[in-house]
Amino acid sequence: MEFILEPLNLVTFFPLVGVFFLLLLKKEQAGIARWISLAASLVTFGISLWVLGQFNAGNPHLQMLIKKEWIQVAGWNLNYAMGIDGLSILLVLLTAFLTPIAILSTWTAVEERVRDFHIFFLLLEIGMMGVFLAQDLFLFYVFWEFTLVPMYFLIGIWGGGQRMYAAIKFFLYTMAGSILMLLAILWLGINQQTFFLPELVYKGGIPAGVQYWLFLAFAAAFAIKVPMWPLHSWLPDAHVQAPTAGSVILAGVLLKMGTYGFVRFNLPLFPKAAIELAPTMALLAVIGIIYGAAVSYSQKDVKKLVAYSSVSHLGFVVLGIFALNSQGIQGGILQMINHGISTGALFLIVGFIYERRHTREMDEFGGLWKIMPVYAVLTLIVSLSSMGLPGLNGFVGEFTILLGAWGAGSGPLGTPLYAGLAAIGVILAAVYMLFMFQKMFLGPVTNKKNEDLKDLNWREILILVPLLALIFWIGLYPAPFFNLISPAVDNLVHILDAAAVALH
Amino acid sequence: MPQYSLDDLLLILPTVFIIGWACALLLVDLFLPAKRKNLTAFLAALGLLAALVFTVKQVGIEADAFVGMLVIDGFSIFLNALVLLSGLVSIALAYNYLKRMGIERGEYYVLMLFSISGMMLMSMAADLIVVFLSLELLSIPLYILAAFAHPKEASEEAGMKYFLLGAFAGGFILYGIALVYGATGSTGLTQIYAAAQNGLENPLFFLIGAALILIGLGFKVAAVPFHMWTPDVYEGSPTPVTAFMAVGAKIGGFAALLRIFIVAFPSISDDLAPVIGGIVALTLVVGNTAAIAQRDIKRLLAYSSISHAGFILMAFVPFGDENVQQNVAAAALFYLMAFAVTSFGSWAVVQTLEQAEGKGLALEDYAGLGKKYPALALAMLVFMLSFTGVPPTLGFAGKFFLFRTVLEGGYIGLAVLGVLTSLLSAYYYLRVVIIMYMQTGSPKVNREPLLNAVTAVSAVGTVVLFFTATPLFRWATEAVLKLY
Repeated sequence: MEFILEPLNLVTFFPLVGVFFLLLLKKEQAGIARWISLAASLVTFGISLWVLGQFNAGNPHLQMLIKKEWIQVAGWNLNYAMGIDGLSILLVLLTAFLTPIAILSTWTAVEERVRDFHIFFLLLEIGMMGVFLAQDLFLFYVFWEFTLVPMYFLIGIWGGGQRMYAAIKFFLYTMAGSILMLLAILWLGINQQTFFLPELVYKGGIPAGVQYWLFLAFAAAFAIKVPMWPLHSWLPDAHVQAPTAGSVILAGVLLKMGTYGFVRFNLPLFPKAAIELAPTMALLAVIGIIYGAAVSYSQKDVKKLVAYSSVSHLGFVVLGIFALNSQGIQGGILQMINHGISTGALFLIVGFIYERRHTREMDEFGGLWKIMPVYAVLTLIVSLSSMGLPGLNGFVGEFTILLGAWGAGSGPLGTPLYAGLAAIGVILAAVYMLFMFQKMFLGPVTNKKNEDLKDLNWREILILVPLLALIFWIGLYPAPFFNLISPAVDNLVHILDAAAVALH
Repeated sequence: MPQYSLDDLLLILPTVFIIGWACALLLVDLFLPAKRKNLTAFLAALGLLAALVFTVKQVGIEADAFVGMLVIDGFSIFLNALVLLSGLVSIALAYNYLKRMGIERGEYYVLMLFSISGMMLMSMAADLIVVFLSLELLSIPLYILAAFAHPKEASEEAGMKYFLLGAFAGGFILYGIALVYGATGSTGLTQIYAAAQNGLENPLFFLIGAALILIGLGFKVAAVPFHMWTPDVYEGSPTPVTAFMAVGAKIGGFAALLRIFIVAFPSISDDLAPVIGGIVALTLVVGNTAAIAQRDIKRLLAYSSISHAGFILMAFVPFGDENVQQNVAAAALFYLMAFAVTSFGSWAVVQTLEQAEGKGLALEDYAGLGKKYPALALAMLVFMLSFTGVPPTLGFAGKFFLFRTVLEGGYIGLAVLGVLTSLLSAYYYLRVVIIMYMQTGSPKVNREPLLNAVTAVSAVGTVVLFFTATPLFRWATEAVLKLY
């Protein structure tokens, strides 16, 4: 019982309670299913706040650590190990925060097999939480692969016309990366005799040549998940086909598993390889930033536009991480949260209009401001946040990242050029977002079908309000967020600095 | 003149018991009226259960029997228990099926018992002659069982094909044994090992002999390029026979491979490793790519079974490396167990959907299963994920163990090929899932309590045993081969 009541176990596995009650329902009881699912995810959010309350921001190390022997025979040394620190606390909160919002957005959008939908959704939440909390490589891999299954079904059953293709593409792409990581995990387990992450980091001592390969194997899994250019081609398909709630979680949380993986595993486990490969990673990130922005600009489907903008935004995150300094990594982590909030909100906004008009072609719209003023204002704020307007959350993250990348110009990156090129991405983001906004909301009403559209209802506004609150909060006063992140990041940077000294 | 005592018989009591029970059952069955043939099934199950009890009581014993012709050790006890359990499940699978398809005859269960006794002997065989005899004892009843649905042509063809190619494989093994005997002057595994250590006059004969044995056993476990018979035989045989064959024959074949090569042939492992590695690569690639093109669930599972033989063989490549030798056996045993659980479950689902005259076997017949029979579809989903190796399933634990052994042996290239072909396999396993959940249709199912039970127990086992894998890992690792 004590074991179950550990805060990290509770926050991870509480959604199972919801799943249990959902299983007791009959297929037709859609209404109750929605409420149960919402309640379970809200309680989980509450638990995550409780975890935050117990979290000591000043402590750079893992907290609330749970470590239990799992499989300890035949030379296996597998533990059930969970822990939280500054690198993961915000992502845990983000997961717990976005899940009820996404569930609330399905109220009228998902009408078919409602109970099953919510079962998969809650299972997905468990998987994501586990990914952010697991401290044993085996356990991490289990959660990591497990998230594929519910997401596969969410896209495949409740998705759009091309859903089967998108679902299998999503599964195969992600699995392709993670199986290489599996081999790297096994190599670590065999040669370092443990899968327990803190111990692996502490032991270190992996030869530089091997680090290179292991880094690449882990990076394969994470880069596909992020997704980094040129491994991104699964993302537009998955996003466009996924139901709104699926897109919100996919963009909001699942993609962060990739960037989080870099921070949690690649940097501390293979610091030498990270330093040597940083310019390459930064280059890919910058290409992603500009490519994603350029492709976004040329989209006609607004959901595709948002999907490609993710490639661009996550390029920033990766650039920040591979600046390998405190500012860059802190900015990267905060930008993960920002992107989760802004892009999550954008997908919700796209979902609202799709529910009304069953199309996402930008050409179909125009002058929506006159018809749906509330919707227009909210969209404007979120768009501005996404493009990084000062005073809103996106700016804080991107600016810190650029500072970090600039500073790394004299360090691992070798040149401030990356920061300069990435800055172009900020401008491009403004171009495609404003272009989209202009086309859909400004000017006269061009399409008669839009004339009778209803503005947002109370539920839809309620979904967006918490996201907007965070957009302003992080934009105006980000200090509490940085305070949570910085000790753990500084700790990580120490490891990297030590490796840099050893290299030169 | 060697002396045998009662102790020798006691040591192989479970096997002796099964053979005796099968003979008795053959007689009893004569006196049972045609409508009471279910009693034969019941009695056969009882016999297996009793033998299982005897087997479990043997845990911890390590001894030779019949002047070293047989050996009882952790390895053989583990496999015997697995074989007996497989037999029990196979009876459960056959029980209603035979009635439904109108092929219920008492011999079915008797033949199964004989085949099981062959598999059990195989796991204990410490002499090449015994290996050959138990291989025939294992195979001949299976040939008959494959043709059990005669006069159905597909079934007759399956039996004939299996028999011809099986006999062919038997020839290879026998010739290999002769060459090994010629080179070493013995057929006992330990004597062969000792002779090889002392230096051979004609090492080439020894090597060729070992290779021929490898080829013959490769037929039995359906490794490429000796797999040609598999899809046709799996498709044509009555489904419960296929299920039994897929697991049982594999267990038998791998039991022999592991024991013969680890005990007798470690000295030529450097020469054989590239050959086995090549077979593994072929098996993984051919098995997994051919499966993609299949439209019939039985053929799909046949190719899947070929590819899993490839995975097990993969762990077998470093068999000569003293440091990983025991892990080779343990990983293979664990994977066999994981494969058995998953495989039986999936065959139970296949039987649930199979209708008379070969209907209900196309992949399209699974459309809409997720909506109409959610529990059944969920079970099949679990099996497909386990075959793919996605956590949290037993199949994943098995692959984790296998890949570790391969990496420990230093075969990184093979491991990479292994994971890449796993990815390939995800494609066709997921297609089954797609059809079940994302296409509409109205599947027909047979509601039979025994089938449902096998499906449910396997599905729950596949997941739960993953989380509580410690005892299983321990059994597999403690099931060590007796080395000399």
